Amino acid sequence: MIQHLLDGVLTGSYLSLGAIGLTLVMHILRFANFSHAELLSLGAYIALVCDALVSGLTPFLAVKLAPLSLTGSLIIAILISMVLTGLSALLIDRLIFKRVREKGQELSMVFASFGMALIIRNVIGLIFGLSPALYSRDIAFAVILSRDPLILVKPDQVFVLIAALALMFILHLILSRTTFGYSLRAVAENPSLAQVNGVNLQRTIMAVWLIGGGLAAVAGVFYGISHQLIPVMGRDLVLPIFAATIVGGIGSVYGAVLGGFIVGIAGNMALVVLPSGYTPSVPFLLILLVLMIRPHGLFGEARA
Amino acid sequence: MIGVFSYLIFFATTASILAIAVLGLNLQWGNTGLFNGGVVAFFGAGAYGTLILGGTAQAGHLGGFGLFYPLALLGGMAAAGLMAWVVGLLTLRLRHDYLAIATFGVAVAFENLMRNAEWLAGGAKGVRGFERPLRAALGDGFIYNLFFFVVVLLILIATYMFLERLVASPFGRLLRAIREDEEAARSLGKNPARIRLMAFVTGSVILGLAGGLYGTFYAFVSPQDVLPTLTFQIWAMLIVGGAGNNRGAIFGAFLIWGAWTLSGWALSRFAPVDVQLYTGSVQFILIGSVIVGMLMWRPQGFLPERLVVSQRGKPQQTQQGE
Repeated sequence: MIQHLLDGVLTGSYLSLGAIGLTLVMHILRFANFSHAELLSLGAYIALVCDALVSGLTPFLAVKLAPLSLTGSLIIAILISMVLTGLSALLIDRLIFKRVREKGQELSMVFASFGMALIIRNVIGLIFGLSPALYSRDIAFAVILSRDPLILVKPDQVFVLIAALALMFILHLILSRTTFGYSLRAVAENPSLAQVNGVNLQRTIMAVWLIGGGLAAVAGVFYGISHQLIPVMGRDLVLPIFAATIVGGIGSVYGAVLGGFIVGIAGNMALVVLPSGYTPSVPFLLILLVLMIRPHGLFGEARA
Repeated sequence: MIGVFSYLIFFATTASILAIAVLGLNLQWGNTGLFNGGVVAFFGAGAYGTLILGGTAQAGHLGGFGLFYPLALLGGMAAAGLMAWVVGLLTLRLRHDYLAIATFGVAVAFENLMRNAEWLAGGAKGVRGFERPLRAALGDGFIYNLFFFVVVLLILIATYMFLERLVASPFGRLLRAIREDEEAARSLGKNPARIRLMAFVTGSVILGLAGGLYGTFYAFVSPQDVLPTLTFQIWAMLIVGGAGNNRGAIFGAFLIWGAWTLSGWALSRFAPVDVQLYTGSVQFILIGSVIVGMLMWRPQGFLPERLVVSQRGKPQQTQQGE
C-alpha cells in the first residue's frame, strides 16, 4: 500500500512535467495537442544520443554519480535535449500547426496533431528500432527503507522526484515574479487585450512551445530512467497526461502539477484493487469521475 | 479469373463496411463539428455486441443468446449508441477539447477491457462461436461472399439515403447552424447541447452498424480488431473524401482502403526481408502524412461540402465550398 503510494508519487513527477507543457499549449493555442506525448519520446531519444556523444567526447563525465545510476554526461545530455526538443516543438508549430491554423478551424488542429503523433512515433521507431533502449545497462539496486511492510526505493527515483519539484518551483517563480510570466498569463486570459497592452503574441506562443518542449524532454528522460525507452512510449503516456490536465483544469499550471500526481498515485493505487492489466484504463476512469463531479477540474474555469 | 473476382468482392465488402463507418463519422464531424477520437470503440461495441448477442453458447464468457440475426445487429448498434450517450452527456456541454480527449479515452479503455476481461468477451482470444446468418442455405464459398456483399452494399445505400435526407431536413440545417455559430442558434431558441448529443449518438449507432457487419463478415472479433489504427484510417478517409459531403465520405473510404491495401501489398512484396518488420511503421507514417498533408493543402477534401442556400420564392441555388 505505502509502496504503491510511493511509486505513484514518483510516476506523478514525470506526468506533471508533461502535463504542464500540454496545459499551457491547450490554454493559449486552444487545441488538444495529441502529439505532445511524442515530444516526451523525442526528448528522451535526443538525450540518449547526446549522452552517447558527450560520454564519448569527455569520458571523465561518463562516471556514475554514486549512489545514482545517472552519469554527468546524461545530465548534460538532458540540458541539451531540453533545448533541442523545445526547438523541435517550435519547428513543428512553424511548419505544420501554423499553416493548419491559418487554413482551417480549431478541430483541424486536433486531427493534425494526431497525424503528427503518428509520424513522429513511427519515424523514431524506424531510426532507433522497435526494441527497448536504456540509459544505463547496470542494474539499479533499490534501497530498502523498511522490511515490514516492504518498501523499496531506487536512488534514481528520488533524484527524479527532487529534480522535477525543483523545475516546477523555478517555473512557478518565472510565472509569478517576472514580466514574461505576467504577459503569458495575460495572453491566456485574453489574447486581444494582451496585444493591445503591448504583449507580443507571436513571441509568447514561441515561448510556450519552448517551455512545453523543454519540460517534455525532461519528463521523457525521467520516464526512461524509471522504466525504459520504447518508440511507442508516447502512445502509453498521452492519456495519463491528458487526464492530468483535465483533473487539474485545462490552463492551470498548478492544476497540471497536482493532476499529474493524482493520476500517478491513482494508477498505482488501482493495483491494490484491480489486476495490473487494467492500469491503462485508470486515467480514463479519472477523467469520467472529474467530468461528473467537477467538469472544469480542480483549478480550471469555464471558458467557451 | 474467379480468384481475382472473388478478391475484388472481398475488397469491396470491406471497403463498403468502412464506408458506412465513414458516413457515421461524417454526421458527427462533417455536419455537426464534433470530434470523435474513439471511432474504433463505437465500431467495436457494434461488433462485440452483435457477436455476443447472436452467437452460440460459449464456456467461459458472456454469450450464447443466439438471437435472430437482425435483432443481434440492432443490439450491437444499441450498445454503440448507449456508450455514445453516456460519453456525450458528460462532455458535450464543455469545450470541444473534452469530447476529443474523452472519446480517445473510451477507445483506450474499451480495447483494454476487451483484452483483459475474459469473462466478458473472451479476452485476448476474442469472441468465438458466432455462425454467419443463412450459412446453412448458402454455404461458405463464393456464393455466400457475393450474397454478403450485396447485403452490405444495400445497407450502405440505405445509410447514404437516410443521411442525405437527414442533412437536407430542418434537423440537418440545425446541425450546420450549431457547427457554424452556436450562440446564434441558441438565440433562436435551439438547444445546442441536446442537438449535438442526438447527432453524436446517431453517428455512433451508424459506426456500431458498420462494426456489427464487420464482425459478421469475419464471424470473429478480438482486441486486435479494435486498435487505434482503425480510427486513423477512418479519419483519413473522411478528410481525403471531404468532410460534410456524404459522397466524398464513400469515395474516401474506397480510395484510402485501396491505397492502404496496395501499400501493404507493395511493402510486403518489394521491401527486403530485414525491413519487413517495419512495414507497419511505414504505413503509419504514410497515413499520418495523408492526414496532415490534406489539412495543410486541401482541408475541404477532394469532394468539398456543398452548401445549399435556400431562399423563399426563389429556386434553390448551390454554391461550392465554404
